[in-house]
Amino acid sequence: MDLSKATFRGYKRDDGRVGVRNHVLVLPVDDLSNAACEAVANNIKGTLAIPHPYGRLQFGADLELHFKTLIGTGSNPNVAAAVVIGIEDGWAKRVADGIAAAGKPVSCFGIEGHGDMETVRRASKAAKDYMQWASELRREERPLKDLWVSTKCGESDTTSGIGANPCVGNAFDKLYEHGVTLVFGETTELTGGEELVAARCRTPEVRDKFMFMFNRYQEVIERHKTSDLMDSQPTKGNIAGGLTTIEEKALGNIQKIGRKCMVDGVLDKAEVPSGPGLWFMDSSSAAAEMVTLCAASGYVVHFFPTGQGNVIGNPILPVIKLCANPRTVRLMPEHIDVDVSGITRREINMDQAGDKLLEMMLRTANGRLTAAEALGHREFVLTRLYESA
Amino acid sequence: MIHFVVHDENDSVGVVVVEGVKAGQELTGWIMDQDREIKARAQSDVPMGHKVAIRELKSGETVIKYGVDIGRTIAPIKVGEHAHVHNIKTKRW
Repeated sequence: MDLSKATFRGYKRDDGRVGVRNHVLVLPVDDLSNAACEAVANNIKGTLAIPHPYGRLQFGADLELHFKTLIGTGSNPNVAAAVVIGIEDGWAKRVADGIAAAGKPVSCFGIEGHGDMETVRRASKAAKDYMQWASELRREERPLKDLWVSTKCGESDTTSGIGANPCVGNAFDKLYEHGVTLVFGETTELTGGEELVAARCRTPEVRDKFMFMFNRYQEVIERHKTSDLMDSQPTKGNIAGGLTTIEEKALGNIQKIGRKCMVDGVLDKAEVPSGPGLWFMDSSSAAAEMVTLCAASGYVVHFFPTGQGNVIGNPILPVIKLCANPRTVRLMPEHIDVDVSGITRREINMDQAGDKLLEMMLRTANGRLTAAEALGHREFVLTRLYESA
Repeated sequence: MIHFVVHDENDSVGVVVVEGVKAGQELTGWIMDQDREIKARAQSDVPMGHKVAIRELKSGETVIKYGVDIGRTIAPIKVGEHAHVHNIKTKRW
């Protein structure tokens, strides 16, 4: 596929970034504010509440990550405007100020001293204004390099390593040449293949930072493990699908970064990349946690290869699912956007599979709903670093 | 028809990519990196997605896939035998 003149139709935001969705977000700062946010979203049609279970008595780096993830989510170019609700004014304002810094229309409300009903009344008015304003924003033609594409695989099996993951790698190699901003992560799922990733790092500084992140996560595993993790990494689903060890899973995982692109930089969780190229983001390998972090970092389209059939979506980041397992494609077709099972039958080659994925990427960027969006998958899962106070 | 796929010719295992492989069945494999075919006779039933050994492995030997170490055997494995968690373990964690 010749991508040199490829464009997509997206929403240009005030900070210069380009989104492919136009959500008006109703964002709770904490678990206590979920009910009010869902009430606002129920009042004002077309807005999107994203409830979650955290935000109370967190502290230190864990609290910083909480704020960073909420602010990043609200600032994502797929979001047109945001209404923030928290139990207290202070933290609600902190999140709203972060989103406003991205040039995004945002209002915040604290529940204490008002109660849910008065808060919902006032927040609904703001949400209605944003919704009507956003409904008049129009897509415009943008160059391919304005697209930010993330990847993470899930419920992988051996067909992921044979077909779906190298298909993402093929697409990444092609996008990389055109200055697209890319990211992969899943720190523990590189175990056994970390040297291969280290060897792909652009500079010694990038390599050192990558190995620091990798070793930091290994220490977490070593500190808390009670076994060789054979029940969780690989997962039961991975093992049912034929993956035996973490090393084998990791080598399949690494196929996603292709054969040509270099790792240009390393991000901490939910950190926003500072330029184009391929980034590694330190992250959990749990699907919804990782995809939520990608959305918070500003990515607008996601490639999700699966083997056994992970059904994940995200509230604001369209998750394109591809699969090379013929049985999964047959049994769970409603979840699969791109069927690349032809690779295992030697019917299509990797170049053709990569093109198929890129074609679906452009259609998705132009507005086509992914399977996960149409099915209502809105998994929004915040990463926690440790216990609350 | 391809019954199993091998990433690299130096690998010790291939992946079954069709359903219903039975013990005794003659299997055709495709080595992707070198783009050539090999044969193996299945020694046991092997579910789709699971591995078959394409070379004789002693207990305690390193298992190679993608041309890279993916763990060690904890029992001997014959050519064509199902290779999975019952006879392979991680070297990490």
